[in-house]
Amino acid sequence: MATLTNAPALRRKARRERLRTLGFLSPWLVGFTVFFGYPLIATVYFSFMHYNQIKAPTFVGLRNWRYVLEQMPLFGPAMWNTLWLVVVMVALRVVFGLGIGLLATKVKSGVGFFRTAFYLPYLAPPVAATVAFVFLLNPGTGPVNDILGSIGIHAPNWFNDPAWAKPSLVLLSLWGIGDLMVIFMAALLDVPKEQYEAADLDGAGAFHKFRYVTWPSITPIVMFAVVTGVVQTMQYYTQALVAGKLASGVSIGPGSVIQPGYPDHSTLTVPQLVYSLGFQNFNTGAACVLSLVLFAIAMAVTTLLMRKRAGLLSADD
Amino acid sequence: MARKLAALAAALSAGTLLLTGCANPSTGSAKDDPTKPVTLKFWHGWSEDSEVKAIDASIARFEKLHPNIKVKATGNVTDATVNQALRAGGGDAPDVVSSFTTNNVGQYCSSGMWVDLDPFMKKTGLDKAKVFPKTLLDYTSYQGAQCALPLLADAYGMYYNKDAFAQAGIKRPPRTMSELRRDAVKLTKRTKSGGYERVGFMPNFRLYQNSPDRFLAQWGPSYFDKDGKARLAKGKAAKEFYATTGELVRSQGGYGPLETFRTSFGDEMSSQNAFLTGKLAMHMDGEWRGLFMKGAKFNWGTAPLPVPDDRPETYGRGYLTGTVVGIAHSSTHQNAAWELVKFLTANTDQVVAFANAIHNVPSTKAALTSPKLDSDPTFRAFLDIAQNRYSTALPPSINGGQYVVSLQDFSYGVEAGKVHDLDAGLRKLDDEIDADNLQAQN
Repeated sequence: MATLTNAPALRRKARRERLRTLGFLSPWLVGFTVFFGYPLIATVYFSFMHYNQIKAPTFVGLRNWRYVLEQMPLFGPAMWNTLWLVVVMVALRVVFGLGIGLLATKVKSGVGFFRTAFYLPYLAPPVAATVAFVFLLNPGTGPVNDILGSIGIHAPNWFNDPAWAKPSLVLLSLWGIGDLMVIFMAALLDVPKEQYEAADLDGAGAFHKFRYVTWPSITPIVMFAVVTGVVQTMQYYTQALVAGKLASGVSIGPGSVIQPGYPDHSTLTVPQLVYSLGFQNFNTGAACVLSLVLFAIAMAVTTLLMRKRAGLLSADD
Repeated sequence: MARKLAALAAALSAGTLLLTGCANPSTGSAKDDPTKPVTLKFWHGWSEDSEVKAIDASIARFEKLHPNIKVKATGNVTDATVNQALRAGGGDAPDVVSSFTTNNVGQYCSSGMWVDLDPFMKKTGLDKAKVFPKTLLDYTSYQGAQCALPLLADAYGMYYNKDAFAQAGIKRPPRTMSELRRDAVKLTKRTKSGGYERVGFMPNFRLYQNSPDRFLAQWGPSYFDKDGKARLAKGKAAKEFYATTGELVRSQGGYGPLETFRTSFGDEMSSQNAFLTGKLAMHMDGEWRGLFMKGAKFNWGTAPLPVPDDRPETYGRGYLTGTVVGIAHSSTHQNAAWELVKFLTANTDQVVAFANAIHNVPSTKAALTSPKLDSDPTFRAFLDIAQNRYSTALPPSINGGQYVVSLQDFSYGVEAGKVHDLDAGLRKLDDEIDADNLQAQN
């Protein structure tokens, strides 16, 4: 009977609780709605519309989807390049970053210099770093090919060769590996020393210590590096655009348009194509379709990796 | 349940209204009085000191004639910036806009981004057919909408190194494509290591102004049929063009070595330009290049580009394009803006003075025959190209210059030897251009 009497008061309390919860959540909810929910709904909406950003949009059904997926010749190269970069660049960055991190924790003397030397390039702005790389690797005037030539190595055309343009971008990203090096160093220094001592007592060699002690401890950090690397590389834009534009040597005057992807679309990524469609051709519908395709792939890959990560982690992690 | 559904419907309606509301940029009007005080914003692409000085002098002359109109000019503006500013709208968007390329006129007209100028011409008694040459009127309109007017034109021809010609024993610039190939080979000088000291004529499509549409003009191609469908595969112009450029490349050492040499060239608009430094003996360029040749350490001359061997009667032709100017759809001072556009494009003295100052081809019939025009023979050669009856400009398209971009992309593949079946490749290119144009239609 007493419960029934207190029911309105309990309901009021529950409502207050809900409101308080919503109040605490509201900054995130507002941000999520304005910066994610609304743009996502708008992107879906415009993917079914013809809209040149001047006249009012008109409904065109699946025409934009058919255009992007069936008729647009650059869709294939852009998707291939993006996925190639995701697989190769992310894998090499993780391996290289981990390797440098391991070395940095093992070096006995000059450790400060070693860490600084590898971290400093990361501080270079992406555009400046790319300009420097294109200059160094210029097949006609760059010093790298001169040096390689002087020791009898026939150097490639780097950013000017479709077969070498993407590997050149990977080299550029490896040069700026400082961020991953620091993350991996922190993880490696966090591995309990007593486990290494136990492994030593068991007669484990360097490989076995890495395999059975280091690796299980740093797995969550490796997965973090892979997931963030995949998401970042899916959005890869600036370096590829700047490198292609500079290496092509094509004059960019006030009347001309930067055509991304030099040479032979080998550095064209999906984000570049989205920009080109949306803000050079003002083909908003097609740009939205491509954005949604990229979003779906990024979501799928990330979900897969997160599930994998969950499987790798123990309850203690 | 009903309340929840109603809330959902309201949210969706609000969302749709918000989306469509965002999709309507500001619109302007032509209700202003052009005799009332006003400040116009004018965006243009000129950036070199001498060019900016010349356009500023033009504006000063205009302001003297129209004391009530002040013009605030902004230079070095790209088409991309103009496009985005006019689509975004807002108070800082320009009233009068210009572009260095005619490629985008079709898009500007069909999208309504630049207003139709015919009503203004009618209002102020300007007979465009009497003032402007037909080719120039064609490239400033699209499907009857004259949304731009020519603000000086550009003609493309050949610059050649007279000293190199004399050393190679060549008496005059080549007039046919086979003469061009023969001379190019004679003028090409290799180094002992297999590189180049000088290339006779580099046709590579990424070299400075060597966009394929410009050299292709020597074959007089038809890009579209009467229904607006792409037809590059149907004519023989494109096939002959690629055969000729391929032979030129092969006869001078091949695509790879030429591209490697090209990467050693300096910026086009600098003193390190490859023609200016003697790395190229012949070079396709526009009439403005003459202004940049003042410091040349060799004697140079100009001539029309060669023509196909089986069409010698067309010698003298060239590719035409030019700067275009229009009024932004969002301008609320369109009548005043028209006064500026009319002065810059149709006032003979102004057109001649500006053409002389920046070494461009005048864009009105009266200015082309003006005795005040620069009499330098290297410049006069381009005036002749501009007036040659076989000279052509690119046709406007609803999709702007997208078909030129597609042609460029295809051409890069051809010159790199990646297109093994040219016929099939050209058919695919036509399909791609048609699909892009269809996509641009409402």
